Amino acid sequence: MTIAPAPSSFKLPDTPRGLGLRLERVGRSFGTKRVLEQIDLAIPAGQFVAVVGKSGCGKSTLLRLIAGLDRPSAGRLLFDGPQEGAATRIMFQEPRLLPWERVLANVEVGLPASVKGEERHDRARAILAEVGLADRAGEWPAVLSGGQKQRVALARALASGPRLLAFDEPLGALDALTRIEMQTLLERLWREQGFTALLVTHDVAEALALADRIVLIDRGRIALDLDIDLPRPRRRGSAELAALEGRILDTLFSS
Amino acid sequence: MALAEPHAESDAGVVETRKARPLALPVAAVEARLAGWVLPVLLLALWEYLSRIGVIAPNVLPAPSAIAQAGWVALKSGELLRNMGVSTLRALAGLVVGGVIGLAFGIANGLSGLSRRYTDTTLQMIRNVPHLALIPLVILWFGIDEEAKLFLVALGVFFPIYINTLHGVLTVDPQLVEMGRAYGMSPLTLFRRVILPGALPSIFVGLRFALGIMWLTLIVAETIAADAGLGYMAMQAREFLLVDVVVLAILIYALLGKLADVLTRWLERLCLQWHPAFQTPRE
Repeated sequence: MTIAPAPSSFKLPDTPRGLGLRLERVGRSFGTKRVLEQIDLAIPAGQFVAVVGKSGCGKSTLLRLIAGLDRPSAGRLLFDGPQEGAATRIMFQEPRLLPWERVLANVEVGLPASVKGEERHDRARAILAEVGLADRAGEWPAVLSGGQKQRVALARALASGPRLLAFDEPLGALDALTRIEMQTLLERLWREQGFTALLVTHDVAEALALADRIVLIDRGRIALDLDIDLPRPRRRGSAELAALEGRILDTLFSS
Repeated sequence: MALAEPHAESDAGVVETRKARPLALPVAAVEARLAGWVLPVLLLALWEYLSRIGVIAPNVLPAPSAIAQAGWVALKSGELLRNMGVSTLRALAGLVVGGVIGLAFGIANGLSGLSRRYTDTTLQMIRNVPHLALIPLVILWFGIDEEAKLFLVALGVFFPIYINTLHGVLTVDPQLVEMGRAYGMSPLTLFRRVILPGALPSIFVGLRFALGIMWLTLIVAETIAADAGLGYMAMQAREFLLVDVVVLAILIYALLGKLADVLTRWLERLCLQWHPAFQTPRE
Protein backbone atom coordinates (compact mmCIF):
# COMPACT_ATOMS: atom_id res chain seq x y z
CA MET A 1 0.00 0.00 0.00
CA THR A 2 1.85 3.04 -1.20
CA ILE A 3 0.37 6.43 -1.60
CA ALA A 4 0.70 7.61 -5.15
CA PRO A 5 2.26 11.00 -5.85
CA ALA A 6 -0.19 13.68 -6.80
CA PRO A 7 -1.02 13.57 -10.51
CA SER A 8 -1.11 16.91 -12.19
CA SER A 9 -4.60 16.29 -13.64
CA PHE A 10 -6.30 17.17 -10.36
CA LYS A 11 -7.05 20.88 -10.42
CA LEU A 12 -8.23 22.97 -7.56
CA PRO A 13 -11.49 24.90 -7.95
CA ASP A 14 -11.05 28.62 -8.43
CA THR A 15 -12.65 29.56 -5.12
CA PRO A 16 -10.42 31.03 -2.41
CA ARG A 17 -9.11 28.26 -0.19
CA GLY A 18 -9.71 27.87 3.48
CA LEU A 19 -12.70 29.09 5.43
CA GLY A 20 -12.08 31.09 8.58
CA LEU A 21 -14.60 30.92 11.40
CA ARG A 22 -15.32 32.32 14.82
CA LEU A 23 -17.35 30.90 17.67
CA GLU A 24 -18.82 33.41 20.13
CA ARG A 25 -19.99 32.14 23.52
CA VAL A 26 -21.30 28.99 21.85
CA GLY A 27 -23.19 26.54 24.05
CA ARG A 28 -25.08 23.33 23.37
CA SER A 29 -27.32 21.51 25.82
CA PHE A 30 -29.32 18.33 25.43
CA GLY A 31 -32.25 18.65 27.81
CA THR A 32 -30.77 19.74 31.13
CA LYS A 33 -27.31 18.41 30.29
CA ARG A 34 -24.97 21.18 29.15
CA VAL A 35 -22.42 19.60 26.83
CA LEU A 36 -20.66 22.76 25.70
CA GLU A 37 -20.51 26.07 27.52
CA GLN A 38 -19.29 29.50 26.47
CA ILE A 39 -16.88 28.39 23.79
CA ASP A 40 -14.95 31.28 22.27
CA LEU A 41 -12.71 30.21 19.44
CA ALA A 42 -11.36 31.91 16.33
CA ILE A 43 -9.91 29.71 13.60
CA PRO A 44 -8.12 31.53 10.77
CA ALA A 45 -8.51 30.31 7.20
CA GLY A 46 -6.34 27.34 6.33
CA GLN A 47 -5.34 26.43 9.86
CA PHE A 48 -5.12 22.81 10.98
CA VAL A 49 -6.76 22.63 14.39
CA ALA A 50 -6.89 19.47 16.48
CA VAL A 51 -9.51 19.20 19.20
CA VAL A 52 -8.57 16.71 21.90
CA GLY A 53 -10.26 15.62 25.09
CA LYS A 54 -11.53 12.63 27.01
CA SER A 55 -14.54 10.82 25.64
CA GLY A 56 -17.77 12.60 26.49
CA CYS A 57 -16.06 15.98 26.91
CA GLY A 58 -18.08 17.55 24.10
CA LYS A 59 -15.45 17.55 21.34
CA SER A 60 -17.63 15.68 18.86
CA THR A 61 -20.54 17.99 19.63
CA LEU A 62 -18.29 20.94 18.83
CA LEU A 63 -17.34 19.37 15.51
CA ARG A 64 -20.97 18.67 14.61
CA LEU A 65 -21.84 22.31 15.33
CA ILE A 66 -19.05 23.58 13.10
CA ALA A 67 -19.85 21.07 10.34
CA GLY A 68 -23.46 22.21 10.36
CA LEU A 69 -24.94 18.88 11.49
CA ASP A 70 -26.26 20.51 14.66
CA ARG A 71 -27.29 23.99 15.83
CA PRO A 72 -25.95 25.71 18.96
CA SER A 73 -28.43 26.40 21.76
CA ALA A 74 -26.54 29.55 22.78
CA GLY A 75 -24.08 31.94 21.15
CA ARG A 76 -23.28 32.08 17.47
CA LEU A 77 -20.97 30.81 14.76
CA LEU A 78 -19.55 33.22 12.20
CA PHE A 79 -17.93 32.17 8.94
CA ASP A 80 -15.99 34.44 6.61
CA GLY A 81 -17.85 33.08 3.57
CA PRO A 82 -20.66 30.73 2.59
CA GLN A 83 -20.31 27.51 4.58
CA GLU A 84 -23.38 25.60 3.37
CA GLY A 85 -23.38 22.66 1.03
CA ALA A 86 -20.18 21.60 -0.65
CA ALA A 87 -18.01 24.23 1.11
CA THR A 88 -18.02 22.21 4.35
CA ARG A 89 -17.47 18.49 4.41
CA ILE A 90 -17.27 16.02 7.25
CA MET A 91 -15.38 12.77 7.46
CA PHE A 92 -16.83 10.37 9.99
CA GLN A 93 -15.22 7.84 12.28
CA GLU A 94 -16.70 5.07 10.09
CA PRO A 95 -16.19 5.20 6.31
CA ARG A 96 -19.99 5.27 5.75
CA LEU A 97 -19.66 4.25 2.11
CA LEU A 98 -22.82 3.15 0.29
CA PRO A 99 -22.28 -0.61 0.06
CA TRP A 100 -24.50 -0.87 -3.05
CA GLU A 101 -22.47 1.58 -5.11
CA ARG A 102 -19.03 1.05 -6.60
CA VAL A 103 -16.05 2.96 -5.25
CA LEU A 104 -16.19 5.58 -8.03
CA ALA A 105 -19.91 6.25 -7.49
CA ASN A 106 -19.23 6.60 -3.77
CA VAL A 107 -16.69 9.31 -4.47
CA GLU A 108 -19.19 11.03 -6.77
CA VAL A 109 -21.54 11.37 -3.78
CA GLY A 110 -19.21 14.16 -2.65
CA LEU A 111 -19.54 16.16 -5.87
CA PRO A 112 -22.06 18.98 -6.06
CA ALA A 113 -25.17 18.21 -8.16
CA SER A 114 -24.15 20.91 -10.64
CA VAL A 115 -21.31 18.72 -11.95
CA LYS A 116 -22.86 16.48 -14.63
CA GLY A 117 -22.22 13.48 -16.80
CA GLU A 118 -18.72 12.51 -17.86
CA GLU A 119 -17.17 15.31 -15.81
CA ARG A 120 -18.46 13.65 -12.64
CA HIS A 121 -16.55 10.47 -13.45
CA ASP A 122 -13.42 12.38 -14.44
CA ARG A 123 -13.30 14.46 -11.29
CA ALA A 124 -14.05 11.48 -9.07
CA ARG A 125 -11.31 9.47 -10.82
CA ALA A 126 -8.79 12.29 -10.39
CA ILE A 127 -9.42 12.61 -6.66
CA LEU A 128 -9.39 8.83 -6.28
CA ALA A 129 -5.92 8.82 -7.84
CA GLU A 130 -4.99 11.49 -5.32
CA VAL A 131 -5.64 9.08 -2.42
CA GLY A 132 -3.85 6.28 -4.29
CA LEU A 133 -6.86 4.15 -5.21
CA ALA A 134 -7.24 4.85 -8.93
CA ASP A 135 -7.14 1.12 -9.72
CA ARG A 136 -10.00 0.28 -7.32
CA ALA A 137 -12.63 2.54 -8.93
CA GLY A 138 -14.77 -0.39 -10.11
CA GLU A 139 -14.77 -2.38 -6.86
CA TRP A 140 -17.54 -2.81 -4.33
CA PRO A 141 -16.65 -1.20 -0.99
CA ALA A 142 -17.08 -4.59 0.72
CA VAL A 143 -13.85 -5.93 -0.78
CA LEU A 144 -11.67 -3.03 0.43
CA SER A 145 -9.65 -3.04 3.65
CA GLY A 146 -10.52 -0.67 6.49
CA GLY A 147 -7.77 1.78 5.52
CA GLN A 148 -8.79 1.72 1.85
CA LYS A 149 -12.43 2.37 2.75
CA GLN A 150 -11.39 5.35 4.84
CA ARG A 151 -9.30 6.66 1.92
CA VAL A 152 -12.37 6.41 -0.34
CA ALA A 153 -14.28 8.36 2.31
CA LEU A 154 -11.48 10.95 2.27
CA ALA A 155 -11.71 11.20 -1.53
CA ARG A 156 -15.48 11.67 -1.22
CA ALA A 157 -14.96 14.46 1.34
CA LEU A 158 -12.39 16.18 -0.87
CA ALA A 159 -14.30 15.77 -4.16
CA SER A 160 -16.15 19.08 -3.94
CA GLY A 161 -12.99 20.99 -3.01
CA PRO A 162 -14.31 22.01 0.42
CA ARG A 163 -13.00 25.07 2.22
CA LEU A 164 -13.56 23.51 5.63
CA LEU A 165 -13.04 19.85 6.37
CA ALA A 166 -14.14 18.39 9.71
CA PHE A 167 -12.66 15.05 10.76
CA ASP A 168 -14.47 13.12 13.46
CA GLU A 169 -11.76 10.69 14.59
CA PRO A 170 -11.52 9.22 11.10
CA LEU A 171 -8.40 7.21 11.92
CA GLY A 172 -9.62 5.88 15.26
CA ALA A 173 -10.51 2.42 13.96
CA LEU A 174 -7.38 1.84 11.87
CA ASP A 175 -4.32 -0.18 12.83
CA ALA A 176 -1.21 1.72 13.89
CA LEU A 177 0.70 1.47 10.59
CA THR A 178 -2.26 2.30 8.33
CA ARG A 179 -2.89 5.17 10.67
CA ILE A 180 0.54 6.73 10.18
CA GLU A 181 0.13 6.31 6.43
CA MET A 182 -3.24 8.05 6.55
CA GLN A 183 -1.83 10.87 8.66
CA THR A 184 0.86 11.48 6.05
CA LEU A 185 -1.76 11.49 3.30
CA LEU A 186 -4.00 13.84 5.26
CA GLU A 187 -1.14 16.26 5.89
CA ARG A 188 -0.08 16.25 2.24
CA LEU A 189 -3.61 16.89 0.94
CA TRP A 190 -4.14 19.65 3.48
CA ARG A 191 -0.92 21.36 2.42
CA GLU A 192 -1.76 21.03 -1.25
CA GLN A 193 -5.35 22.18 -1.04
CA GLY A 194 -5.22 24.66 1.80
CA PHE A 195 -8.60 23.93 3.37
CA THR A 196 -9.23 24.70 7.02
CA ALA A 197 -8.98 21.40 8.88
CA LEU A 198 -10.65 20.55 12.15
CA LEU A 199 -9.59 17.18 13.54
CA VAL A 200 -11.29 15.69 16.56
CA THR A 201 -9.19 12.99 18.17
CA HIS A 202 -8.40 11.39 21.50
CA ASP A 203 -4.88 10.61 20.33
CA VAL A 204 -2.60 13.40 21.50
CA ALA A 205 0.35 12.09 19.45
CA GLU A 206 -1.78 12.22 16.30
CA ALA A 207 -2.86 15.79 17.09
CA LEU A 208 0.79 16.76 17.59
CA ALA A 209 1.88 15.16 14.33
CA LEU A 210 -0.67 17.07 12.27
CA ALA A 211 -1.98 20.23 13.88
CA ASP A 212 -0.92 23.88 13.88
CA ARG A 213 -2.85 24.26 17.05
CA ILE A 214 -4.32 22.03 19.71
CA VAL A 215 -7.49 22.88 21.57
CA LEU A 216 -8.15 20.82 24.66
CA ILE A 217 -11.76 20.50 25.73
CA ASP A 218 -12.61 19.48 29.25
CA ARG A 219 -16.14 19.22 30.62
CA GLY A 220 -17.58 21.43 27.89
CA ARG A 221 -14.99 24.21 28.14
CA ILE A 222 -11.69 25.02 26.50
CA ALA A 223 -9.02 23.96 29.01
CA LEU A 224 -5.97 24.65 26.84
CA ASP A 225 -5.31 26.38 23.52
CA LEU A 226 -1.80 25.66 22.31
CA ASP A 227 -0.01 26.66 19.12
CA ILE A 228 2.32 23.96 17.83
CA ASP A 229 5.00 25.86 16.02
CA LEU A 230 7.12 22.98 14.78
CA PRO A 231 8.41 22.44 11.24
CA ARG A 232 6.74 19.84 9.00
CA PRO A 233 6.90 17.02 8.33
CA ARG A 234 7.30 16.26 12.00
CA ARG A 235 9.41 13.39 13.14
CA ARG A 236 7.43 11.03 15.33
CA GLY A 237 9.03 10.40 18.71
CA SER A 238 11.20 13.53 18.77
CA ALA A 239 11.98 15.06 22.16
CA GLU A 240 10.02 18.24 21.44
CA LEU A 241 6.87 16.34 20.57
CA ALA A 242 7.27 14.09 23.61
CA ALA A 243 7.60 17.11 25.90
CA LEU A 244 4.49 18.71 24.41
CA GLU A 245 2.57 15.45 24.67
CA GLY A 246 3.51 15.20 28.35
CA ARG A 247 2.28 18.73 28.98
CA ILE A 248 -1.05 18.14 27.26
CA LEU A 249 -1.63 14.84 29.02
CA ASP A 250 -0.83 16.50 32.37
CA THR A 251 -3.45 19.17 31.72
CA LEU A 252 -5.92 16.45 30.67
CA PHE A 253 -5.55 14.42 33.85
CA SER A 254 -4.91 17.18 36.38
CA SER A 255 -8.50 18.39 36.23
CA MET B 1 22.17 -34.36 -11.17
CA ALA B 2 20.84 -35.60 -7.88
CA LEU B 3 19.06 -32.30 -7.44
CA ALA B 4 17.72 -32.16 -10.97
CA GLU B 5 15.57 -35.25 -10.71
CA PRO B 6 13.29 -34.25 -7.84
CA HIS B 7 12.98 -30.86 -9.54
CA ALA B 8 11.79 -32.49 -12.74
CA GLU B 9 9.39 -34.60 -10.74
CA SER B 10 7.82 -31.63 -9.03
CA ASP B 11 7.56 -29.89 -12.38
CA ALA B 12 5.66 -32.82 -13.76
CA GLY B 13 3.40 -32.68 -10.71
CA VAL B 14 2.57 -29.04 -11.40
CA VAL B 15 1.73 -29.81 -15.01
CA GLU B 16 -0.56 -32.59 -13.87
CA THR B 17 -2.55 -30.45 -11.45
CA ARG B 18 -2.88 -27.79 -14.11
CA LYS B 19 -4.31 -30.37 -16.46
CA ALA B 20 -6.66 -31.71 -13.84
CA ARG B 21 -8.22 -28.38 -12.97
CA PRO B 22 -10.24 -27.59 -16.10
CA LEU B 23 -11.66 -31.11 -15.91
CA ALA B 24 -12.48 -30.95 -12.20
CA LEU B 25 -14.20 -27.58 -12.37
CA PRO B 26 -17.09 -28.44 -14.73
CA VAL B 27 -17.76 -31.64 -12.78
CA ALA B 28 -18.04 -29.65 -9.56
CA ALA B 29 -20.28 -27.12 -11.29
CA VAL B 30 -22.55 -29.83 -12.71
CA GLU B 31 -22.71 -31.52 -9.32
CA ALA B 32 -23.71 -28.25 -7.62
CA ARG B 33 -26.44 -27.65 -10.18
CA LEU B 34 -27.90 -31.15 -10.10
CA ALA B 35 -27.57 -31.94 -6.38
CA GLY B 36 -31.07 -30.66 -5.61
CA TRP B 37 -32.66 -32.94 -8.23
CA VAL B 38 -31.08 -36.23 -7.13
CA LEU B 39 -33.63 -36.92 -4.39
CA PRO B 40 -36.77 -36.12 -6.48
CA VAL B 41 -35.54 -38.35 -9.31
CA LEU B 42 -34.80 -41.22 -6.92
CA LEU B 43 -38.23 -40.89 -5.31
CA LEU B 44 -39.84 -40.88 -8.74
CA ALA B 45 -38.00 -44.05 -9.72
CA LEU B 46 -39.03 -45.78 -6.47
CA TRP B 47 -42.64 -44.74 -6.99
CA GLU B 48 -42.64 -46.08 -10.58
CA TYR B 49 -41.14 -49.37 -9.37
CA LEU B 50 -43.67 -49.79 -6.55
CA SER B 51 -46.52 -49.07 -8.97
CA ARG B 52 -45.22 -51.57 -11.55
CA ILE B 53 -44.99 -54.41 -9.01
CA GLY B 54 -48.50 -53.55 -7.76
CA VAL B 55 -47.72 -52.30 -4.25
CA ILE B 56 -49.43 -48.95 -5.06
CA ALA B 57 -52.88 -49.40 -6.59
CA PRO B 58 -53.47 -47.20 -9.69
CA ASN B 59 -56.77 -45.84 -8.30
CA VAL B 60 -54.93 -44.57 -5.21
CA LEU B 61 -51.79 -43.21 -6.87
CA PRO B 62 -51.10 -43.84 -10.56
CA ALA B 63 -47.56 -44.54 -11.73
CA PRO B 64 -45.40 -41.58 -12.85
CA SER B 65 -45.50 -42.92 -16.39
CA ALA B 66 -49.31 -42.86 -16.33
CA ILE B 67 -49.25 -39.30 -15.05
CA ALA B 68 -46.76 -38.30 -17.72
CA GLN B 69 -49.10 -39.80 -20.30
CA ALA B 70 -52.07 -37.89 -18.85
CA GLY B 71 -49.87 -34.80 -18.99
CA TRP B 72 -49.01 -35.45 -22.63
CA VAL B 73 -52.70 -35.89 -23.53
CA ALA B 74 -53.65 -32.70 -21.70
CA LEU B 75 -50.76 -30.86 -23.33
CA LYS B 76 -51.73 -32.03 -26.82
CA SER B 77 -55.33 -30.93 -26.35
CA GLY B 78 -54.12 -27.51 -25.26
CA GLU B 79 -56.15 -27.84 -22.07
CA LEU B 80 -53.11 -27.96 -19.78
CA LEU B 81 -51.39 -24.91 -21.23
CA ARG B 82 -54.63 -22.94 -21.18
CA ASN B 83 -55.24 -23.77 -17.52
CA MET B 84 -51.64 -23.05 -16.58
CA GLY B 85 -51.81 -19.74 -18.41
CA VAL B 86 -55.01 -18.74 -16.66
CA SER B 87 -53.60 -19.63 -13.24
CA THR B 88 -50.25 -17.90 -13.84
CA LEU B 89 -51.91 -14.74 -15.09
CA ARG B 90 -54.17 -14.64 -12.04
CA ALA B 91 -51.25 -15.23 -9.71
CA LEU B 92 -49.11 -12.49 -11.27
CA ALA B 93 -51.97 -9.98 -11.43
CA GLY B 94 -52.68 -10.53 -7.73
CA LEU B 95 -48.99 -10.30 -6.92
CA VAL B 96 -48.59 -7.01 -8.79
CA VAL B 97 -51.68 -5.41 -7.24
CA GLY B 98 -51.03 -6.61 -3.69
CA GLY B 99 -47.27 -6.15 -3.97
CA VAL B 100 -47.42 -2.58 -5.22
CA ILE B 101 -49.88 -1.59 -2.49
CA GLY B 102 -47.78 -3.37 0.15
CA LEU B 103 -44.61 -1.70 -1.09
CA ALA B 104 -46.28 1.72 -1.11
CA PHE B 105 -47.61 1.33 2.44
CA GLY B 106 -44.33 -0.13 3.67
CA ILE B 107 -42.33 2.78 2.27
CA ALA B 108 -44.83 5.41 3.42
CA ASN B 109 -45.00 4.01 6.95
CA GLY B 110 -41.26 3.53 7.11
CA LEU B 111 -40.56 7.13 6.15
CA SER B 112 -43.41 8.92 7.92
CA GLY B 113 -44.26 8.50 11.57
CA LEU B 114 -47.57 10.23 10.91
CA SER B 115 -48.59 7.69 8.28
CA ARG B 116 -47.45 4.84 10.51
CA ARG B 117 -49.42 6.09 13.51
CA TYR B 118 -52.62 6.31 11.50
CA THR B 119 -52.48 3.14 9.40
CA ASP B 120 -50.26 0.55 11.08
CA THR B 121 -52.78 -0.49 13.78
CA THR B 122 -55.49 -1.02 11.18
CA LEU B 123 -53.21 -3.02 8.93
CA GLN B 124 -52.02 -5.20 11.81
CA MET B 125 -55.65 -5.97 12.74
CA ILE B 126 -56.53 -6.97 9.18
CA ARG B 127 -53.38 -9.04 9.00
CA ASN B 128 -54.54 -11.23 11.85
CA VAL B 129 -57.68 -12.30 9.98
CA PRO B 130 -56.78 -15.38 7.90
CA HIS B 131 -57.50 -14.13 4.42
CA LEU B 132 -58.81 -17.50 3.28
CA ALA B 133 -61.56 -17.11 5.89
CA LEU B 134 -62.90 -14.36 3.65
CA ILE B 135 -63.66 -16.76 0.80
CA PRO B 136 -67.42 -17.08 1.54
CA LEU B 137 -67.70 -13.30 1.75
CA VAL B 138 -65.62 -12.80 -1.38
CA ILE B 139 -67.83 -15.23 -3.33
CA LEU B 140 -70.88 -13.29 -2.17
CA TRP B 141 -69.27 -10.03 -3.32
CA PHE B 142 -67.66 -11.04 -6.58
CA GLY B 143 -69.17 -14.41 -7.46
CA ILE B 144 -66.58 -16.80 -8.88
CA ASP B 145 -65.21 -14.29 -11.38
CA GLU B 146 -61.63 -13.10 -11.76
CA GLU B 147 -62.12 -10.28 -9.24
CA ALA B 148 -62.59 -12.78 -6.43
CA LYS B 149 -59.25 -14.50 -7.08
CA LEU B 150 -57.44 -11.24 -7.72
CA PHE B 151 -58.75 -9.83 -4.44
CA LEU B 152 -57.74 -12.86 -2.39
CA VAL B 153 -54.25 -13.16 -3.90
CA ALA B 154 -53.62 -9.43 -3.58
CA LEU B 155 -54.73 -9.49 0.05
CA GLY B 156 -52.54 -12.52 0.74
CA VAL B 157 -49.34 -11.11 -0.76
CA PHE B 158 -49.89 -7.62 0.64
CA PHE B 159 -48.86 -8.43 4.21
CA PRO B 160 -45.50 -10.14 3.78
CA ILE B 161 -44.42 -7.41 1.38
CA TYR B 162 -45.76 -4.65 3.60
CA ILE B 163 -44.16 -5.93 6.79
CA ASN B 164 -40.77 -6.64 5.24
CA THR B 165 -40.64 -3.35 3.33
CA LEU B 166 -41.52 -1.48 6.52
CA HIS B 167 -38.86 -3.37 8.43
CA GLY B 168 -36.32 -2.75 5.66
CA VAL B 169 -36.95 1.00 5.53
CA LEU B 170 -36.91 1.33 9.33
CA THR B 171 -33.62 -0.52 9.68
CA VAL B 172 -31.63 1.34 7.00
CA ASP B 173 -28.32 2.34 8.60
CA PRO B 174 -28.99 5.76 10.19
CA GLN B 175 -25.29 6.61 9.77
CA LEU B 176 -25.64 6.35 6.00
CA VAL B 177 -28.75 8.53 6.08
CA GLU B 178 -26.87 11.13 8.12
CA MET B 179 -23.99 10.97 5.64
CA GLY B 180 -26.39 11.49 2.73
CA ARG B 181 -27.93 14.52 4.41
CA ALA B 182 -24.53 15.96 5.34
CA TYR B 183 -23.40 15.55 1.72
CA GLY B 184 -26.37 17.54 0.49
CA MET B 185 -28.60 14.81 -0.99
CA SER B 186 -32.15 15.97 -1.75
CA PRO B 187 -34.93 13.90 -0.11
CA LEU B 188 -35.59 12.14 -3.44
CA THR B 189 -31.90 11.36 -4.01
CA LEU B 190 -31.59 10.17 -0.42
CA PHE B 191 -34.49 7.79 -0.98
CA ARG B 192 -33.23 6.54 -4.33
CA ARG B 193 -29.57 6.09 -3.40
CA VAL B 194 -29.65 5.28 0.31
CA ILE B 195 -33.02 4.19 1.69
CA LEU B 196 -34.41 2.03 -1.14
CA PRO B 197 -31.19 0.06 -1.80
CA GLY B 198 -30.77 -0.39 1.95
CA ALA B 199 -34.28 -1.80 2.27
CA LEU B 200 -34.01 -4.03 -0.79
CA PRO B 201 -32.65 -7.21 0.86
CA SER B 202 -35.57 -7.11 3.27
CA ILE B 203 -38.06 -6.44 0.45
CA PHE B 204 -36.81 -9.58 -1.31
CA VAL B 205 -37.44 -11.64 1.81
CA GLY B 206 -41.00 -10.31 1.69
CA LEU B 207 -41.30 -11.18 -1.99
CA ARG B 208 -40.28 -14.78 -1.40
CA PHE B 209 -42.81 -15.19 1.39
CA ALA B 210 -45.39 -13.53 -0.86
CA LEU B 211 -44.78 -15.99 -3.70
CA GLY B 212 -45.57 -18.93 -1.42
CA ILE B 213 -48.75 -17.31 -0.18
CA MET B 214 -49.65 -16.35 -3.76
CA TRP B 215 -49.81 -19.98 -4.96
CA LEU B 216 -51.48 -21.22 -1.80
CA THR B 217 -54.24 -18.62 -2.03
CA LEU B 218 -54.79 -19.10 -5.72
CA ILE B 219 -55.04 -22.86 -5.51
CA VAL B 220 -57.47 -22.79 -2.61
CA ALA B 221 -59.56 -20.18 -4.40
CA GLU B 222 -59.54 -22.09 -7.69
CA THR B 223 -60.39 -25.36 -6.01
CA ILE B 224 -63.42 -23.84 -4.31
CA ALA B 225 -64.78 -21.68 -7.09
CA ALA B 226 -63.50 -21.30 -10.64
CA ASP B 227 -64.30 -22.15 -14.24
CA ALA B 228 -60.71 -22.45 -15.47
CA GLY B 229 -57.20 -22.81 -14.07
CA LEU B 230 -55.16 -25.57 -12.49
CA GLY B 231 -57.29 -25.83 -9.36
CA TYR B 232 -60.38 -26.11 -11.51
CA MET B 233 -58.70 -28.77 -13.65
CA ALA B 234 -57.91 -30.82 -10.54
CA MET B 235 -61.47 -30.51 -9.21
CA GLN B 236 -62.97 -31.51 -12.55
CA ALA B 237 -60.69 -34.54 -12.66
CA ARG B 238 -61.82 -35.51 -9.17
CA GLU B 239 -65.45 -35.47 -10.35
CA PHE B 240 -64.55 -38.01 -13.03
CA LEU B 241 -62.19 -39.99 -10.78
CA LEU B 242 -59.17 -39.15 -13.01
CA VAL B 243 -56.58 -39.63 -10.29
CA ASP B 244 -53.70 -39.18 -12.76
CA VAL B 245 -54.85 -35.67 -13.69
CA VAL B 246 -55.28 -34.74 -10.03
CA VAL B 247 -51.71 -35.83 -9.29
CA LEU B 248 -50.54 -34.07 -12.46
CA ALA B 249 -52.02 -30.80 -11.21
CA ILE B 250 -50.29 -31.20 -7.86
CA LEU B 251 -46.93 -31.86 -9.54
CA ILE B 252 -47.33 -28.79 -11.71
CA TYR B 253 -47.90 -26.69 -8.58
CA ALA B 254 -44.58 -27.95 -7.25
CA LEU B 255 -42.84 -27.08 -10.51
CA LEU B 256 -44.39 -23.60 -10.71
CA GLY B 257 -43.41 -22.95 -7.10
CA LYS B 258 -39.83 -23.90 -7.89
CA LEU B 259 -39.90 -21.70 -11.00
CA ALA B 260 -41.04 -18.71 -8.97
CA ASP B 261 -38.24 -19.34 -6.48
CA VAL B 262 -35.63 -19.53 -9.25
CA LEU B 263 -36.88 -16.25 -10.72
CA THR B 264 -36.63 -14.51 -7.34
CA ARG B 265 -33.12 -15.81 -6.78
CA TRP B 266 -32.12 -14.51 -10.18
CA LEU B 267 -33.64 -11.11 -9.39
CA GLU B 268 -31.85 -11.06 -6.04
CA ARG B 269 -28.54 -11.77 -7.69
CA LEU B 270 -29.18 -9.00 -10.17
CA CYS B 271 -30.22 -6.37 -7.63
CA LEU B 272 -28.00 -7.30 -4.69
CA GLN B 273 -24.67 -7.76 -6.47
CA TRP B 274 -23.05 -5.46 -3.95
CA HIS B 275 -24.06 -7.67 -1.02
CA PRO B 276 -21.19 -9.92 0.14
CA ALA B 277 -23.71 -12.80 0.47
CA PHE B 278 -24.47 -12.66 -3.26
CA GLN B 279 -20.96 -12.08 -4.54
CA THR B 280 -19.06 -14.75 -6.37
CA PRO B 281 -15.56 -14.85 -4.86
CA ARG B 282 -12.91 -13.31 -7.09
CA GLU B 283 -9.54 -14.78 -7.81
